Amino acid sequence: MSTDTVSRALKSKDISRTKRKLDGRGKSALILRYLVLTFMLVLAVLPIYIMVVNSIKGITAVSQSTAFIPPSKLNFDTWGPTWAILREPMFRTLIFVLQSSIISAILGSINGFVFAKWRFKGSNVIFTMFLFGMFIPYQAIMIPLVQFNNNIGLSRSIYVLVVAHVIYGIPICTLIFRNYYAAIPNELIEAARVDGASTFRIYLTIILPLSIPGFVVVLIWQFTSAWNDFLFAIFLTGGSPRLSVATTALNFITGSADRVYYGNNMTASLIVSIPTLLVYMFLGRYFLRGLLSGSLKG
Amino acid sequence: MVLVKKKKKKVINPWGGFFFVLPSILLMAYFVYGMIGWTLRLSFGRRTNSFSTDDSFAGLSNYIGLLDDPEFTHAFSNLLKFTFVFIFGCLVSGLIMALLLEKGIRGEGVFRSIYLYPMAISFIAMGTSWRWLLDSGRDEHATGLNKIFQFLNLGFLQNDWYTSEKGSMYAMALPAIWQMSGYVMALFLAGFRGIPDDLREAARVDGASEYKIYRYILFPQLSPTFLTVLIILGHISMKVFDLIYGIASKSYVTKVLAIYLWQVIFDFQNFAKGAAIAIFMLVLVAIVVVPYLRYVNKNEDARS
Repeated sequence: MSTDTVSRALKSKDISRTKRKLDGRGKSALILRYLVLTFMLVLAVLPIYIMVVNSIKGITAVSQSTAFIPPSKLNFDTWGPTWAILREPMFRTLIFVLQSSIISAILGSINGFVFAKWRFKGSNVIFTMFLFGMFIPYQAIMIPLVQFNNNIGLSRSIYVLVVAHVIYGIPICTLIFRNYYAAIPNELIEAARVDGASTFRIYLTIILPLSIPGFVVVLIWQFTSAWNDFLFAIFLTGGSPRLSVATTALNFITGSADRVYYGNNMTASLIVSIPTLLVYMFLGRYFLRGLLSGSLKG
Repeated sequence: MVLVKKKKKKVINPWGGFFFVLPSILLMAYFVYGMIGWTLRLSFGRRTNSFSTDDSFAGLSNYIGLLDDPEFTHAFSNLLKFTFVFIFGCLVSGLIMALLLEKGIRGEGVFRSIYLYPMAISFIAMGTSWRWLLDSGRDEHATGLNKIFQFLNLGFLQNDWYTSEKGSMYAMALPAIWQMSGYVMALFLAGFRGIPDDLREAARVDGASEYKIYRYILFPQLSPTFLTVLIILGHISMKVFDLIYGIASKSYVTKVLAIYLWQVIFDFQNFAKGAAIAIFMLVLVAIVVVPYLRYVNKNEDARS
């Protein structure tokens, strides 16, 4: 999807100028619109509401049948013990996720530039072959990947996940940057070329400084998907508690003692969701941009 | 010499770009295509347990074995049911949201960002909430949605959700729809906003009703968006794993290909069979995605 379509979608429609005088029918139609929208809003919020409400009820006041009723008074007893378990995996995740996002963004930017502005013979075919890598079920490469890992001994460190997310993130990062760079006018590059700058220099001095929004998009995208990833984590770090990351640690907590520590499970789930939720809250625009430009066409 | 060099600089080196993407090309070649080949080779082999080092060919026997495996066919039919409900549900709810928002409404930004937040959360985390919401207890044992139905005097809506034999996959599609509808909305919203306003105005001047404007003018323009949405939802659905694992773990009634594959590899250590299932999944995705990629590529060429 091209960059201007994306920004059009991002902009709320300006309704201040269209002063429509609503007749009775128009008014009730508007009310109906709001009602349906609000109903869907409630549905969207419900699961996270359940999580929040049950994480602040304490350990004993939580019961399955009253789970959707807010607590009469706040109690953060479940937070301490849950955080104690999750702290280490959370920090481990943060570190590996940051590393893999940064490397992915750099690779994606170079690739995207080449596929948008520095094409070579066959570059379209190669780009399409890259894209296919974005759609494959990772199960189709998982058995060899695990074996590869065991062979080179990478499986004993968290870097295995950095490597996996960088490699399998290449297609999407390349795509996002390519679409981003495609919107930059060719004249800008031609002008610099006439002045005698080499293409790589043009990339460094002209394109890169314009790329900050693209970098934000890709960093957020990679951050969120690597943080939330469960498949690679569970296959590549297996059950090793030394290498557990946010999702695998959480799965360990919620998968075992479901009914007994109900409040703790909810709190743990919330804690694991907080980083990506924060990113979404403050940089949601860029997240949406990544989603849309990752969709090829539309 | 120096003069020649200077002149050369102005000519774009046609292979310079290739040089810079070469590292990525090598990585993709080895870790995507090479490893797919490796999996393919495994799927034709005899490594049916963790001790086996038998590298001889077994032909198609692993694939034929899958067809006779009731667990596999069960998982596959589950997956098809799930896919159908998931795509249908996402299309309907995403389209409703987009239609209600596209003309602009006060608070659009708020609605939009709340509809989309589920995409930012891991399914292992949301599984805890959804497990509660989809709890099968009824009447005096009711919790979750069943309890909420009672609360709203809609007790007759109570059901077994994902624990029932028949409805399990339809229930399992609910959290998936919950997660992806916002995305579908965003895609459609982008589609609507891409249609120039003049088109609508012109039709309105000609006296077309709102319904007719949507039916004959706006929707036909959105067919590429529909295609994109179908492809995206379709390939996500084929691969669905942590969403189901996070809620129902390895439960039989909600088993899909990815869950079954996980069991085959980890619990039974049957790599040959696991590889065959993985290749099967890959083919399913490829059937949907490869023609689409070719279509996009062709349009891209036409444009440039």
